[in-house]
Amino acid sequence: MLLREVEYARPATIEEAIALLSEHDGARALAGGQTLVNVMKARAASPDVLVDLADLDELRTLSFSADQTALEIGAMVTNTMVISSSEVEVARPILAEVAATIADVQIRNRGTVGGNVCVNDPTNHYPPLLAALGATFTIRSASGERTVSAEEFFLGVYVTAVSEGELLTKISVPTRKPGTGDAMAGITLGAHGTYIASAVATVSPEGVRVALGCVSSVPVRATAMEERLEGSDLSEPSVRAAAAGLAASLDPPSDVHASAEYRGHLAEISAIRAVLQAAERAKG
Amino acid sequence: MPTTSTTRTISVEINGTSYERVVPASLLLVHFLRDDLDLTGTHVGCDTGSCGACTVQLGGEAIKSCCMLAVQADGASITTVEGLASDEGELTPLQQSFHEHHALQCGYCTPGMLISATALLEKNPRPSEHEVKVALQGNICRCTGYWNIIEAVVAVGEEGTR
Repeated sequence: MLLREVEYARPATIEEAIALLSEHDGARALAGGQTLVNVMKARAASPDVLVDLADLDELRTLSFSADQTALEIGAMVTNTMVISSSEVEVARPILAEVAATIADVQIRNRGTVGGNVCVNDPTNHYPPLLAALGATFTIRSASGERTVSAEEFFLGVYVTAVSEGELLTKISVPTRKPGTGDAMAGITLGAHGTYIASAVATVSPEGVRVALGCVSSVPVRATAMEERLEGSDLSEPSVRAAAAGLAASLDPPSDVHASAEYRGHLAEISAIRAVLQAAERAKG
Repeated sequence: MPTTSTTRTISVEINGTSYERVVPASLLLVHFLRDDLDLTGTHVGCDTGSCGACTVQLGGEAIKSCCMLAVQADGASITTVEGLASDEGELTPLQQSFHEHHALQCGYCTPGMLISATALLEKNPRPSEHEVKVALQGNICRCTGYWNIIEAVVAVGEEGTR
């Protein structure tokens, strides 16, 4: 497929990248390109200027924060880097487990965490995962840096808090404390396909967090279910009882893969499975 | 601040040969390989990133050349299917194994399969059947039913253990 003519730049520093993104209307940051190049083929997006982040090595680092309480994932870290990271394996292995189920090897080699979240396709893996884990997102602009929560970051289908002239630089994920278990469950199209419905659960001494994917334009926290699980023994009957009514509380989209009603049902089932698995893992 | 341009001069090393070319920023890597360099072993199948017929190695990693712009490959080292066999035509053990296991019928997916499997074997010289299946998940074959392909790749690893 031939793409529409486009201007291109490959800045050497984050400051240059931000200047380019600020200066040009219709400029888009190009990370791995696994979504952007394909939507450009389909003319679903037609940026005038591509700002290629490939040379920004500081966005490709994956390390612990200075106080060791968070994993800091540079926006250009690829899925393959997440899968093979010893830091991830020690501090939050669910990240690698989920990354390994995204698309296929070739796409995981090019596709980045930052690109995946900035697309905010509601069927993507990272948005509900990062919402459940309580990740924060650092966004830089010419006027400085701000850090936002997942609730503030994901704003709508293909829309995030990263606005014109801004760049997502890193995602910080709290490291796993003892007694914490994480799990993602869902129904996909084919073994490693797109999710029809998904849920991520985190079980820790502080409580249970559940985030759903695919049921809205942004990840949805199952707060009523979380509250009902406070002090729960997290046995299967308890978790099923806590999830009762979750599907009815949602207003999911309807498409060729699932009606709204069926997608809501799948989300509820996914939430139950994710919590049960996370609870098992929390036992250590 | 760097300027933007609709073209860029790129330097890439492909199968051991260095190329320097001026390309439009909108040119896909697969079209650069096929149309500009006449390396037509890399195929265009679905052109949506689903089928893997366009797979090449970039810095050793398997990637889909239809999901990447040629300008993004500036400075990179690439291996295409043309870079596997020796100049004298001697097949790699993997290619020989494809031949022996009848791992192709129409052959359209074969360049991508060979590159994905080559990238796997470089990292993991003795992959299990499961590891081969995972590595080839991004490559679609509509003829063989995959079994002969998987057997061919596993056999190369087993050969190495003898």
